[in-house]
Amino acid sequence: MTNSIDVVGKYATFMMLIPMLPFLGFIINGLFGKSLPKTLAGALSTVAVFIPFCLAVSIFLDFQSGAAKAFTIEFFQWISVGSLKIPMEFYTDQLSSLFMLIITGVGSLIHLYSMGYMHDDEGHNRFFAYLNLFIFFMLILVLGGNYLITFIGWEGVGLCSYLLIGFWYKNQEYNDAAKKAFVMNRIGDLGFLLAIFLIFQTFGSISFTELFPQAGKFGMNEGIIVAITMLLFVGATGKSAQLPLFTWLPDAMAGPTPVSALIHAATMVTAGIYLIVRSNILFSLAPDTQDVILIVGLATAIIGALIGLRQNDIKKVLAYSTVSQLGYMFIALGLGAYEAAFFHVMTHAFFKALLFLGAGSVIHAMSGEQDIRNMGGLFKKIPVTAWTFLIGTIAISGIPPLAGFFSKDEILANAFAHNPLIWGLALGGSMLTAFYMFRLFFLTFFGEFRGSEHQKSHLHESPLTITIPLMVLAVLSIIGGFAGVPEVLGGENSNWLASFLSPVFADNEILEHAAHHLDHNLEIMLMCISVAAAVVMITIAYVTYISKGSLPAKDTEEQGFFAKLIANKFYFDELYNAIIVKPVMALSSALYNFVEVYIIDGFVNLLGKTTVTGSRVLRLAQTGNIGFYFFAITISILVIILINTIF
Amino acid sequence: MLTSSLILIPLIGAVLGLFAKGNSSKIVALLVALVNLGLTAAIMAKFNPEAGIQFEQNCSWIPSLGVNYHVGIDGISLIMVLLANIAGPLIILSQFNRDIERAHIYNALILFMQAAMIGVFVSFDGFLYYIFWELALIPIFFIMLGWGGPNRQPVTLKFFIYTLAGSLFMLVGFILLYFNSANGSFDYANLIGLNMDLNMQLIIFGLLFIAFAIKMPMFPFHSWQPGAYTEAPTQGTMLLSGVMLKMGIYSVFRWILPVVPDAVAQLSTLMISLSVAGIIYGSWIAIKQKDIKTLFAFASFAHVGLIAAGLFSNNANALQGALMQSLVHGINAIGLFYCADIIQNRLGDRNVDGKGGIRLVAPVFATLFAIVMLGTVALPLTNGFVGEFLLLIGIADYSIAASAVAGLTVIFCAVYMLRSYQMVVLGENTKSVSFTFPDLLLSEKIVLGIIALLVIFLGVHPYPILKMTEPAVLQLLQLINA
Repeated sequence: MTNSIDVVGKYATFMMLIPMLPFLGFIINGLFGKSLPKTLAGALSTVAVFIPFCLAVSIFLDFQSGAAKAFTIEFFQWISVGSLKIPMEFYTDQLSSLFMLIITGVGSLIHLYSMGYMHDDEGHNRFFAYLNLFIFFMLILVLGGNYLITFIGWEGVGLCSYLLIGFWYKNQEYNDAAKKAFVMNRIGDLGFLLAIFLIFQTFGSISFTELFPQAGKFGMNEGIIVAITMLLFVGATGKSAQLPLFTWLPDAMAGPTPVSALIHAATMVTAGIYLIVRSNILFSLAPDTQDVILIVGLATAIIGALIGLRQNDIKKVLAYSTVSQLGYMFIALGLGAYEAAFFHVMTHAFFKALLFLGAGSVIHAMSGEQDIRNMGGLFKKIPVTAWTFLIGTIAISGIPPLAGFFSKDEILANAFAHNPLIWGLALGGSMLTAFYMFRLFFLTFFGEFRGSEHQKSHLHESPLTITIPLMVLAVLSIIGGFAGVPEVLGGENSNWLASFLSPVFADNEILEHAAHHLDHNLEIMLMCISVAAAVVMITIAYVTYISKGSLPAKDTEEQGFFAKLIANKFYFDELYNAIIVKPVMALSSALYNFVEVYIIDGFVNLLGKTTVTGSRVLRLAQTGNIGFYFFAITISILVIILINTIF
Repeated sequence: MLTSSLILIPLIGAVLGLFAKGNSSKIVALLVALVNLGLTAAIMAKFNPEAGIQFEQNCSWIPSLGVNYHVGIDGISLIMVLLANIAGPLIILSQFNRDIERAHIYNALILFMQAAMIGVFVSFDGFLYYIFWELALIPIFFIMLGWGGPNRQPVTLKFFIYTLAGSLFMLVGFILLYFNSANGSFDYANLIGLNMDLNMQLIIFGLLFIAFAIKMPMFPFHSWQPGAYTEAPTQGTMLLSGVMLKMGIYSVFRWILPVVPDAVAQLSTLMISLSVAGIIYGSWIAIKQKDIKTLFAFASFAHVGLIAAGLFSNNANALQGALMQSLVHGINAIGLFYCADIIQNRLGDRNVDGKGGIRLVAPVFATLFAIVMLGTVALPLTNGFVGEFLLLIGIADYSIAASAVAGLTVIFCAVYMLRSYQMVVLGENTKSVSFTFPDLLLSEKIVLGIIALLVIFLGVHPYPILKMTEPAVLQLLQLINA
């Protein structure tokens, strides 16, 4: 965590430009979007993300060559009260440099794609404004030098997610989905905020470079560290769609497809993983929290995959797949395999962005159709989309040598070293993945075309702005895995990513001791098992949907108990509705009608009424009759004399 | 003299405006308010945060009672004066495109109110302060009664009697303080550090606080508020929620924390509990409110609950948060109630049901409304976040559990704000074919535009404001914990 002056000087401008260019794009498109031609607005936005990508590459290269070390740049004091000093500061290290590459790299591709995809939308320029704003906040998130700057990005991307899910704001269902995403994220955000409070109380600072070096003075599983890490994890479950806060993500598919690719697959939803990897020193001190993360991650991975089995909306399948894959990343975090978690973030960004963009291309070709039961036989019609989609599908299924194989294998190997049972369950989940992904692929691209005549006549391959990003991402999905080839396959130092990221974990002493050491033969065997399992599942999918040509049940057909359970997503939404939403709403009315009106205001009114009634009674004594007054005076005097004589 | 001018200018302006007719009275009022804002800016420029009470004027008024005309400005006064003077022009400008009967009287009352409220914020003599406190009640009474909604009479009466009753307790409290002071004085300097015994402090606390709790209002002294906010004319609601309720918060800073510190220490747990209960209670009720003005009233009540909890947390973060949030809440409340006014003005009612489709036809309004909403929801880099963060981290210093419960406002506020925004602004209007909603007029654009800019500017760069008040807050803490 050295602060080399030269580097800071060299990169001060870069670090300013990287987030500010997308922000400028947002301002221009936001304020003057109405008068800008679509192509210009789109190009402007894309360039506003591509230039930061180039800058990020140059920073990355300096980290790679060792010329750069982690550095902090402070821009100005943001909030300051007494000892609480929160500067607007950026902390750049190997981890944030890679995140920058993903955000601006995949971001540029998705901007380019959107120029084609959103071309006919009347909100085209507004869309690019939001997209640029998102990139700005996402960069703030990974660049923030203290927890509160990270939190700016954290809530900022939540806002953009809200704006983009509800992009077609005429549709109140979409708006509902947007609101749901925002509110569920806010539940997590409260956890994050409370964690920040505790961190400040415990360390007297929330700046990474000031608090992490102090972590050494804490023992394992100390209450305060467990509390901090648990609260940070609560934040992560919201943003990264883990149990129990995952149900917003599938609904978020209401947004335009590029949004699903960028925000709800490649970048924003991995913010929770970033947060934990960034705080790895704290998490390594709290094995209790890690166990919770492991269990939650595993459960999410399996439940997401199970639900994915019976979804028929092409985007929903991918959404549940994302939930499930994020679960794998959390498994890795729970195992303390932070580098593996990041590795999967990276490969997942490639192949899931590819799959979503491919899905968008399919939807485009199908005139807006999203139900795979109405597709089929598209392979020849849209070959570029089909081929690239196939590559994404193979990659996510964990077939070597594509990207997903290496990153998933690293997680599985870590799982086995921790506990073979965890490995078994995780493997089960990845088998489901291979099945539902190939089910999706076969139903979409093979068999007979099942759509309408109208759709058939409009089938077409997408323009280059759409297919170029697909091809680039396909290449990345093929070669991305070679960034982290395990020792057993590539020999010593073959895992480039691990050695590149090692400075990020240099201060984490616990991690040194915990690194897994599997026997090489065993590791090879595990790999063979997982590949074989994937191949078996793909074969089953092939037999079911190609050889037998079966189709998923129609919505009206009767289904068995489990099938129904899965098709209805385990009734999570219904459950939350019954135990949270409805009671909250009912209590809102009850509080108002009963407590507010009846008790609190009733009491106040009663006070008023008593006063009025009291004065009304007393008023009766004022009869105006002199005789009555004399009578009253006489009686009063008598009473006073009487009292005086008695006492 | 500068400080007295802050009171005199609106007062003279109010009288001058009475001679203007119709719309020209609005312009006169606006000019007067702008002059006062300029004066405030000049004072801020000359203000030295470290120097304690400045721009003082202290002369004998009623020598037999030891009452002085003592005004001045310290950091805590200044932020309130700033709020009142930002609010003034915005409130006056907000009625430029509305038909107001007897506009000259209406604007005179607004300026009169302005003068009285500023008087409260700069008085350093308890008696003088009390006079201004009561004076402020008169114009708002007439504003509500003369220009309010259909149900204004009972609501105004309740508001008036409720707050007046509170003030009477306060008067008794000040008289008790007078007799406890060294040589019979109402002066701030003579009322702090009196070393009264705990029982006396508790009695005085109770007497003073009941007035402040009603004014803010704090749970459960709030039941006058939703009705009053709903029935008052828009500018009345802005005055009430934007500035007047800060009189209660300010008064706790000035006349409770340093005056009866032992009683505060004794009662802080109770006070924080009540405040936090108010946050939850107010936000929860806000969720299902139909009239957006009533909804914003409950939201305002909830937000003030958070400020109140911070007041009793006894640390710099919470107190700084309370000051920051007072300023910010004032600005944002004016924005929100203006949005409600714009909707009522275009559509004839404020019910959230059966609305929608505004975004489609009035994008400027929808965007500015959204920015004000985000400020209220306290998104980072908006003005609402800074205060809320400081308050919550300060309350966490007192008790992390209290902070966690108070923090539920983060979730609740998102629920009721997004819900009402969605119902009113988004979607399509299915109810009527002839749905029209003209986008903002120039004066409306200016008001909401300035508020939106303040939402973002104060969120990105709150540092100058925080630095302006910090020494005063630290001095106050020293006094309390001496």
